[in-house]
Amino acid sequence: MAYITKSPWLIHYDGSSCNGCDIEVLACLTPMYDVERFGVINTGNPKHADIFLVTGSVNEQNIPVVQQIYEQMPSPKVVVAVGICACSGGVFKDCYNIIGGVDKVIPVDVYVPGCAARPEAIIDGVVKGLGALEKKQKNLDTVLTLEKVAREEAEEYD
Amino acid sequence: MINFFGTEISFMQILTGVLYLVFAPVIGCLIAGIDRKITARMQGRFGPPILQPYYDMRKLFAKEAITVRGSQELFVVCCLIFMIITGLFFFAGGNLLMVIFTLTMASVFLIVAGFSSNSPFSQIGAERELLLMMTYEPMVLLMAVGLYLVNGSFDVSEIVMSDPISIIYLAGMFIGYMYVLTMKFRKSPFDLSMSHHAHQELVKGLTTEFSGGTMAVLEIVHWYENVLLLGFVFLFFSNGTVLMVAIGVVACLAMYFLEIIIDNGYARMKWQFAFKSGWIMTIIFGGVNLIVLYYLKLFGLIGA
Ligand code: SF4
Repeated sequence: MAYITKSPWLIHYDGSSCNGCDIEVLACLTPMYDVERFGVINTGNPKHADIFLVTGSVNEQNIPVVQQIYEQMPSPKVVVAVGICACSGGVFKDCYNIIGGVDKVIPVDVYVPGCAARPEAIIDGVVKGLGALEKKQKNLDTVLTLEKVAREEAEEYD
Repeated sequence: MINFFGTEISFMQILTGVLYLVFAPVIGCLIAGIDRKITARMQGRFGPPILQPYYDMRKLFAKEAITVRGSQELFVVCCLIFMIITGLFFFAGGNLLMVIFTLTMASVFLIVAGFSSNSPFSQIGAERELLLMMTYEPMVLLMAVGLYLVNGSFDVSEIVMSDPISIIYLAGMFIGYMYVLTMKFRKSPFDLSMSHHAHQELVKGLTTEFSGGTMAVLEIVHWYENVLLLGFVFLFFSNGTVLMVAIGVVACLAMYFLEIIIDNGYARMKWQFAFKSGWIMTIIFGGVNLIVLYYLKLFGLIGA
């Protein structure tokens, strides 16, 4: 059994969210839902995080930010898109500055739809993410190699 | 008795040293887990399982190793080694001054590790850790002097076994030590450099650039350190009798519980306050206690 499923630390980034989903993410930490009982810690540091929670869609300006946070997280890592904005762009889809969902920039493992996504749904999404984390932990070597190849290709592309 | 570089070491000392080596992380881990549980309950939450710190540590070891600078890992490992050596000196009944100096060495390595990455967050964290060190170090040294005056020896083994119950003569020192212990335990209001909470804030500073295994080693250092610090509390109570040993252990646990209450009851202070108040407490409680001890000795009221 992988210990990572027992202590998933997350980092939360607000793309171009309307702040509705962010408040629901923080609501998960309150005594009402208390995600710490699953060992979840809301870290503010990508280097400590295992799960990347993104709320809101990606816009032209924060593409490098999202990518960099993702890059800085040590493997195994999982991305959870929270709210319909993060999944596909949602109501902001046709805005001039919006690229679309988070999956346009980084690979997403779990989609949590809803506007705003309810805390129960977010916790559900994180727990789903744990399955993906466990799989990645088991195949860590492969994951690392794949990431390295992807990084090199991206560098060449640049 | 065996001869170790000219020092006589009894088998009892070796035994207690080995016990520390093996059980200190276990106890430290359990204390940390219970701490998190009690803290959660105080905040009206359910809290993580008691073994959560252990899960965290195992997870961190399994993660990909990302190092900003190679030397960082070395410094953190040195920190662990010095922490273990400190504990061995202490629990094998070695010299208290030696214990304090090696403990300082462990902290110094931690600070150097913080400085070794160029991230502004960890630099600020390291600076704050230095400031805290300046604040608590005088009190810890005074405490050693006080224990010497009462018990007539710097050796931990003698302090534990000698007749006087130190806390009676060293009540002031004890209060002063309690005050700086909050800094050493990294608890609010003095968790300026490496808080357990407030993960998104500057106060997580020192650990910003540590990830994976390095971070896990740091956790283990913390477990060893906590047990050692509670060992200092124990010194104030023990006089070798079973009763006082039991009271000492209870006092250690009570002390930690008190720290948890303080942790949850106070907001974080600025470093200026931590620094000033730390020294004022040291001078008032430590200093006055020392003067009182001097007069007690002058009139022959305590031995040695
Ligand atoms: S999904 Fe709804 S609540 Fe969430 S960020 Fe988008 S618009 Fe706001």
